[in-house]
Amino acid sequence: MTHPFLFLKWLEEQLHTHVGEHVTYTWLVMLVLIAIAFLASRAIKVVPTGTQNFMEVVVGGIENLIDETMGPKGKTYFPLIATFALFILVSNLVGLVPGFYPPTANLNTNFALALTVFAMTHIIGFKEHGLSYLKHFMGPILVLAPLMFIIEIIGHLARPLSLSLRLFGNMYGHEIVLMIFFALVPFLLPVPMMLMGVLVACIQTFVFSLLAMIYIAGALEEAH
Amino acid sequence: MEFFAWCMIAAGFGMAIGSFGTGLGQGLAIKAAVEGVARNPGASGKILTTMMIGLAMIESLAIYVFVVAMIILFANPFTPQVMELAGK
Repeated sequence: MTHPFLFLKWLEEQLHTHVGEHVTYTWLVMLVLIAIAFLASRAIKVVPTGTQNFMEVVVGGIENLIDETMGPKGKTYFPLIATFALFILVSNLVGLVPGFYPPTANLNTNFALALTVFAMTHIIGFKEHGLSYLKHFMGPILVLAPLMFIIEIIGHLARPLSLSLRLFGNMYGHEIVLMIFFALVPFLLPVPMMLMGVLVACIQTFVFSLLAMIYIAGALEEAH
Repeated sequence: MEFFAWCMIAAGFGMAIGSFGTGLGQGLAIKAAVEGVARNPGASGKILTTMMIGLAMIESLAIYVFVVAMIILFANPFTPQVMELAGK
């Protein structure tokens, strides 16, 4: 609705399939990421050059962030968090190119990502603590446990909702603002808005991966 | 057709009120963060990270209002019923 022309949608119509543009563009982002990963790791050198150099900076940055936020225990979850960060960043930024649709501007993609975070936090919690993970939900006083349990459950269920709606609202809102500016003044006026789009894309990636880290770190720590 | 006029008004005013509160909240958060950095520039990295999380939390309120406004404008669940009533 917000993009006048999407080449993968056009391709889909030529092939008479109905997958949805957010799925096809997710595949595109996946292909791009796989290609970059392949190019970067094809010939690993001690002194990195080109793609390997760039990817080492990116991966090193994410690793630093995980180390700062989650401590030494976070290293295990580096693949998950880094995948989230890279996928969301690339799919946010791809929306700024004409003819591309950001998969994160669709609630389905975001909800899938948020549900993965939600499921992973609880799986990690049960794996780390066993059945005593339930103490996380009980609160400090045993008498108040039934009350706290309900409140905690509601709080935990609100997490995937807020995670997905935040990303969706930011990306979709930006698309709509851009489209309205294009309809009003197509010449040069959308450029500052697109600059803000780059900023929003980076910040939302940062926020999503940071919140995923915090949720996982919360499941890892002892209940008190 | 008055229904749709009220829908527009509700979406516009909802967004206005939502961004009013969000703006105040984010302003307060950034004020505190800037004061913290001014007093202790060494802690700017940690403050920036914490501020970003806080800002995202505050901003999500405005985003919820935006999603509701979009639902009211483009995916209103009562539109078929109203059209049916108006057709009578």
